[in-house]
Amino acid sequence: MSDDIAIKVDHVSKTFRLPHEKQTSLKSTLINFHKRGYEKQKVLSDVSFEIKKGEFFGIVGRNGSGKSTLLKLLAGIYTPSKGNITVNGKLTPFIELGVGFNPELSGRENVFLNGALLGFSRAEMNAMYNEIVEFAELERFMDQKLKNYSSGMQVRLAFSIAIRANTDILVLDEVLAVGDEAFQKKCYKYFAELKREKKTVILVTHSMDYVQQFCTRAMMIEEGDIVHIGKTSEVAQKYQELFMAAEEKQHKSGDTVSNNSLSCKVDFENQGNELQFAVSFKSKVALEDTVVTFGINSDTGEQVYRWISDDKLGKNINFNAGDAYKLVVKLQNVFPVGEFTVGVRVKNHNRTQNYAIFDEIAQFEIPSRNSLGWDLLWKPHEDVKLEKL
Amino acid sequence: MLKRLLSKQNRALLSELVRTDFKLRYQGSVLGYAWSLLRPLLLFVILYAVFVKVLNSGRGIPHFPVYLLLGIVIWNFFTEMTNQSLASIVARGDLIRKISIPRWMIVFSSSISALISLGLNLIVVAIFMFWNHVELLNTFPLLFLYLIEVYIFALGCSLFLSAAFVKYRDISFIWEVILQAGFYLTPILFSLSLVPEKFHKIVLLNPMAQAIQDSRYATVTHSPLVITTSKVFNGGWHDLAPFAIVILVFIGGIIYFRKESKYFAENI
Repeated sequence: MSDDIAIKVDHVSKTFRLPHEKQTSLKSTLINFHKRGYEKQKVLSDVSFEIKKGEFFGIVGRNGSGKSTLLKLLAGIYTPSKGNITVNGKLTPFIELGVGFNPELSGRENVFLNGALLGFSRAEMNAMYNEIVEFAELERFMDQKLKNYSSGMQVRLAFSIAIRANTDILVLDEVLAVGDEAFQKKCYKYFAELKREKKTVILVTHSMDYVQQFCTRAMMIEEGDIVHIGKTSEVAQKYQELFMAAEEKQHKSGDTVSNNSLSCKVDFENQGNELQFAVSFKSKVALEDTVVTFGINSDTGEQVYRWISDDKLGKNINFNAGDAYKLVVKLQNVFPVGEFTVGVRVKNHNRTQNYAIFDEIAQFEIPSRNSLGWDLLWKPHEDVKLEKL
Repeated sequence: MLKRLLSKQNRALLSELVRTDFKLRYQGSVLGYAWSLLRPLLLFVILYAVFVKVLNSGRGIPHFPVYLLLGIVIWNFFTEMTNQSLASIVARGDLIRKISIPRWMIVFSSSISALISLGLNLIVVAIFMFWNHVELLNTFPLLFLYLIEVYIFALGCSLFLSAAFVKYRDISFIWEVILQAGFYLTPILFSLSLVPEKFHKIVLLNPMAQAIQDSRYATVTHSPLVITTSKVFNGGWHDLAPFAIVILVFIGGIIYFRKESKYFAENI
C-alpha cells in the first residue's frame, strides 16, 4: 500500500446471519441442531474504495443502506465476511459520544474512563483535564455524579474529550445529530479546524450542507453498493434525486367544501422547487366587497404563509350568484419538512361578517428538503393570480 | 507480542476498567472499601466457628483453621474470577458495539479485580496465620507458583465462558452447577483422609484440588495428613497431569475466544 493511502477497502462484503428464532439456549440449539433457520442478510456486497491521507471523506445514504455497517467495519468493530480492510495509522471511531460513560461515577472519573477508552494514557489525561473541563464549561460540576447531569451537559463533556483525540484517522457518525445550536456551532468550528489541519476524517451524515462544506470527496451507498463516489456536489445531487424519485411529483386534488354562500376546492401540486395551489370558488349567492384570505399553517398550528386579497390586489371582490373564480398561488418551495394545512376564508371588507371559513380545507406534506434548502425567514417568492372563470 | 499487549494505552485502559469496577462495587456503602477486607474476615469467622469449634473436622491436622481458610480463599478466587468474567463481555456490550478496544481486555480487567480481592483475602489469611502461630515454612514461596497456576486455569476458563456466554446464555446456569459440584469434589472443607484411598488419584487430578493441597502443604504444614498429588502418584509423569490440564484449558480458551471475539459486536 502506498504511503499516501489512509484506508484501503478491498472487495469487502458483510453478511449477517440472522436466526429466525434466536437460539440463545443450549437445549434449543441441540434440539433444533439440524433445522436451524438462518436468514442471511447481505448488508454490504463487494465494496472497494480508498481514502487518501488528509481527505475529508463523506459517506451518505438512506437509513439501512449499509453506511453504519461500513463504518463499524472501518472501525474494526465488525469483521468483514469477505475482503480486507487496511488501515494505515491510528483510527478513532466516534459511533457515539461518551462511550462507556457511567451514571454512577462522577464527571471527573468519567473523563478519565472515557479518555482511556479513546486511547489516552493517564498522564496525557492529567495534562489536558483542565482544558477539557473548561471547554465543556462544567468546572462546578466535575465532582457530581454523571446521573445528575442534564443530557446537554453530558454531551458537552463527551464532546470536549472527543475533540482531544489526537489520532491519524477520525471516523464520525452523526455526532451532529444531538445538541443545541451552541453545540452545533462548536461542532462546526471543530470540523473547520480538522479540515484546516488536513486530518483524515470520515464523516457519515444525512446533511448535504456538511458534505458540501467540509468534505473533499464523498460516496453514496444504497443497498450495500457504492452508487457514486467522487465530487461532493455530484454526490449531494444524487442523494437528493434519491428522495425525489421516491416521492415522485406530488399532485393532490382536494375535496370540495361548501356552505350556504360558497363552495371551494383546493388542488395542490408539488413541483419540487415550486408549490402550486389552485383554489376554485363558486358563489351560491351574491357577495359584495369581499376579502379572500389564503393561508398555510404548519402542523404545530402556526401560520407560515398568508395572502390577503385587499392587501395584495388593492381592491375588493364582488361575487354574483353563480360566479366562479380561480385563485392560483405559486410559492417557491422554501418549506421545511413537515405537514401543512391550507385554509381559505371569505369575509366582508371590514371583517364583520364571515361568509366562509374553510380552515384545513387541504393538507399537504413536504417529505424531504429540496435543493433550495429552507429559508428561516419565511419569505417565499410568490406569484398569485386571481381570475374570473 | 507482550509489549503490544501491554502498551501504554492498554495499561491506561486496564487500570481505568479495574478502578471503575472497584468504585462501582462499593458504591453507596458507608464503609466502602473497608468491606473488601471486612467481608472475608467475617465469613471466615463463621466458617471457623462451624468447622473447627462445632464439627471439629480437622482430624489432627495442625493449624486446621489456617488450612481450611487457605483452601477457601483459593477456591473463592477461582469462582469469583470465573463468575465475573463469564458475564463481563455481555455486560460491556455497549463498549463492544461502539469502539474497538481489544476484547480480551475486558476479561483481563475482571481477572485483575479478582486478583486484588485475592490479595486482600491473603492478608486476612496472614492475620490468621500469625494468630494461630503458624511458623514460616521454607516451601512458602511455592504458594505463589500454585496461585499463578490457579490464575492461568481460571483465565482459560474465563476466556471460554465469557465468549460462549455471548451465544448461549445457559452457560451461566451450567457453570453455577459445575462450580457447586466442584466445591464438593475438591477437598476444601473436608480432609482428603476422610475419602477412601482408591479415589485419591482421581480427586487429585483436578487442578484445583492439586493446587489447594499443594498450597496448604507449602504454606501451612508439612504434616503427612496433607495429601498432595505428588504423594499419591509417588513421582512419575502423572504428577504433571493437573498442570497439563491447566495448559490445555488455557490454550483452548484463548483459541476459542480469539475465534469468537470477531463476532462479539454482532452477536451480543
